[in-house]
Amino acid sequence: MIPQTAFMISAPIGAGKQEDLRQLIASINSAPGLADPYNTLVPFYQFDGLHFARFVIIETNPIVNDHDLLRTYGIEPSHWPATLAFMGDIDGRLDVFLAELVVRAGAGLQQIFSHCAGFDTKKTNMLQWMTQHHTKPQASYCNWRGRTVKQIKQEYLLYSALRDQLEKSNGLSLSPDHIYKKLKAFMNDEVNAGRLTLSPQEPILPVWAIRNFLHLIGLPLILLVLFPVLLVAAPFFFIYLRSLEKTDIENTLPPPHEHLHRLAIQEDLDVTNHFNVLAHIKPGLFRRATFTLILVLTNYASKHIYHRGYLARIQTIHFAHWVVLDNYRRIYFATNYDGSAESYMDDFINKVAWGLNLLFSNCVGYPRTRWLIKGGAENEERYKRSIRIGQFPTESWYRASPGLTAIDLARHSRVRQGLEAKCLSRTEIKAWLSLL
Amino acid sequence: MKASTEIDYADMQALIRFAHGHLDQACFLLLEVRDAKAACTWLRNAPVTNAESKKSLPDCALQIAFTAAGLCALELSESLVKNFSEEFTSGMTEDQNRSRRLGDVGNNRPQNWRWGGSANNNEEGERKNNNPPHVLLMIYAHKDGLYEWREKVNGSHFDLAFNVQATLTTATLGRKEPFGFDDGISQPKIDWDQNLSTDLHERDQYVNLLALGEILLGYPNEYGLYTHRPLLDPQQDAQANILPKAEDQPHMKDLGRNGTYLVFRQLEQDVSGFWQYLNGVAKNDRHKREQLAAAMVGRQRDGGSLIKTSSEQSIESIAKKSTTVNASQKNNFTYDDDPDGRVCPIGAHIRRSNPRSGDFPVGVTGFFSRLIRILGFGRRHIYDDVIASTRFHRILRRGRPYGPVLSQQEAVKITNDDQKRGLHFVALGANISRQFEFVQAAWNMSSKFGGLSTEADPLLANREPLLNDNPTNRFTVPQENGPAVCLKNLPQFITVVGGAYFFMPGIKAIQYIAGNNNDNK
Repeated sequence: MIPQTAFMISAPIGAGKQEDLRQLIASINSAPGLADPYNTLVPFYQFDGLHFARFVIIETNPIVNDHDLLRTYGIEPSHWPATLAFMGDIDGRLDVFLAELVVRAGAGLQQIFSHCAGFDTKKTNMLQWMTQHHTKPQASYCNWRGRTVKQIKQEYLLYSALRDQLEKSNGLSLSPDHIYKKLKAFMNDEVNAGRLTLSPQEPILPVWAIRNFLHLIGLPLILLVLFPVLLVAAPFFFIYLRSLEKTDIENTLPPPHEHLHRLAIQEDLDVTNHFNVLAHIKPGLFRRATFTLILVLTNYASKHIYHRGYLARIQTIHFAHWVVLDNYRRIYFATNYDGSAESYMDDFINKVAWGLNLLFSNCVGYPRTRWLIKGGAENEERYKRSIRIGQFPTESWYRASPGLTAIDLARHSRVRQGLEAKCLSRTEIKAWLSLL
Repeated sequence: MKASTEIDYADMQALIRFAHGHLDQACFLLLEVRDAKAACTWLRNAPVTNAESKKSLPDCALQIAFTAAGLCALELSESLVKNFSEEFTSGMTEDQNRSRRLGDVGNNRPQNWRWGGSANNNEEGERKNNNPPHVLLMIYAHKDGLYEWREKVNGSHFDLAFNVQATLTTATLGRKEPFGFDDGISQPKIDWDQNLSTDLHERDQYVNLLALGEILLGYPNEYGLYTHRPLLDPQQDAQANILPKAEDQPHMKDLGRNGTYLVFRQLEQDVSGFWQYLNGVAKNDRHKREQLAAAMVGRQRDGGSLIKTSSEQSIESIAKKSTTVNASQKNNFTYDDDPDGRVCPIGAHIRRSNPRSGDFPVGVTGFFSRLIRILGFGRRHIYDDVIASTRFHRILRRGRPYGPVLSQQEAVKITNDDQKRGLHFVALGANISRQFEFVQAAWNMSSKFGGLSTEADPLLANREPLLNDNPTNRFTVPQENGPAVCLKNLPQFITVVGGAYFFMPGIKAIQYIAGNNNDNK
């Protein structure tokens, strides 16, 4: 199995260079915020293991000024310089990918990153610079761990070929068993003739398997050791939490029309959308510590529990990342999800309000929660407003498999597994056929 | 749940409570305000029909609604108008992203519309009727009474006040829509008595009852909250004193209370195209043609459900076995026992528009199974959880068909048919974005609804391919034994030719809007 790795290369933008940079990145787009895979600056199509990528300028909202809200907390907002980030998700090792970036897109990336403060085109070694400016997200979610871009593409071709074959052979009058056998034979023929490729699963690297196992048992072990302490601390934790929750200041401002418009212009071009939020973490050690713990748990759950197509009841997220910035004052959240933002906020509220609350109630302006999981996002309109206000557009977004949802990808995998299975029962064959 | 104060039916427009089904004549006028002062005078005296139930049903009715542009034209302050919802104030066509989501692209693009198309969005000024309408008058009457009633409604000075942009006539097709199917069978049942709990813990399964605040502004919605609407401070605006008070903020007056948003879309239906396509696929077999049409719609032509309706359980009540409430027999079903769409295809029009899904998929019985499901485990079917809970996405339909009748038999044969037929689609709801736009975008227009992959709504969709050229113009009919039958290259059957978002205020709110331009001001 090849695990998926997140990358994020970021650096503050040089003074006065932001507009130039914006225009330069926009030049690789074929539609608002949507990268042309064949652009010459960063030819995304050449990267076989790249699932998603995006360029963003992480900055405090120029239209909505959240500084006033911060001041109501009695804190003077810190200065956050507009920062360029290039982030995405790859198959396999980061160092290999960074080297590949230099080879295939070195000149283009140099042109882009030369807008960053302190970047000297003549002296800078790209690989070294990118490695130095790389941040690992504190928490990451991956829809299906181990499913590579190569696999996605092969399975999509298999699925399409099977559907075409089914129509051509017009074999509807045959029995399910018969159709299944015919399609299985068809697949074998196509593979043998080299028209379809179905690469076997790569073996797991021992190093990676050991690291994964240590992570799997490490966190529960630490929690077990700390259990007596946690038990004693819990009442104090909740008493203090409740006192904070009762006085939290909520955002009640609607996002301005102008702000919504600059987000909407790049939404729903593909069946999958991209989403960025920059939020300020509530002040004080207590909130920071709570948030850190929850990010650790989220990362753990994503890695070891929710890695087979669903995150709690949500099956529409491809990849999501949480990156802590500004010395634990701010959080950057980036996701790739199916469906439109407006529509799916409702689905999230109904299905995973508790999860949204756990993560985002530690951020300034979020609707008030009770006991960390109740309330919060259940306040529909306030939740939508606070999320939208923190949202900002992507400068350029790339995905390897446009037009396909996470559910499509899972179905394609199931179709392949069904055909590769040694033997299927009659009911299993029927269920398999209904996937086509 | 907090019980609301008494409902003042006299302050509510009748269309919300009654569909005026007994009034078989109707026409809809789209007006532009010519003179704000004259328009306000006219509005103050307009005989708007309210929702009080009387012993005998009225012989005629008048309902009024306004666009955001209309409210501005009546000289309501811009800051007040901005307090309505974002989708209402920006309108159906002003934002390209909205058009994209609603499927108003390709042949449906607003630039082609006969009315309501955007002024901003206009290409080379190809249409002249693209100023947004200001006011919608809905005029209903008994047989042959329409002309007389319309004259009476107009009264004097009407022409001074308004320009008529368009007069949309309607047809009397009984319960049928132009393709020949019974329409309007499934409507949410509004919880007028406000007994329904909106507590998440009590709404696992689908019920047809709907919180009052999902349709009317100023009442608690399915989240148990009040949808945002303009509230006025009577200290600063004395005129606001005529308005009802806001339940959630008693020191404020509520401009929204007893009002609702009204989504209007003129949907032109290609009746001969529809039946001729099906006839071609069915190779002239009439029975097969009917079968395919029923699969696309999700009902038989007489409105009969494809899913067997239940005689034991009622979707009209939360209680598992209710003897008191009798649901309409044609409507008493869910898709719980048909997860693969073998009885009613998942892509069928009525299944998309109202998937009858609960907060949880079937199988949640107690605390434990609920907890397991909340955490995402224990799915019984691969597409459990894929469709959002329906109760947040209901609409109340009040549309009327137009154009002459064309029977199926004629439609199959006819060669050059230049008659215009279709539906004046009207949907009421307190939240356009969460209700109409969600249903339209995530359910009807999405080619990925419910785990499907290459098909949008078989009736409504525009057939535009996805960005990667994947088709959306297919329709799959799952089979009991074997792979699904897949129809390819469906032509477009329905084209949007007009539309706008309106606000249908309460009676007092109309007086406030009209009184805004009073002589004493």
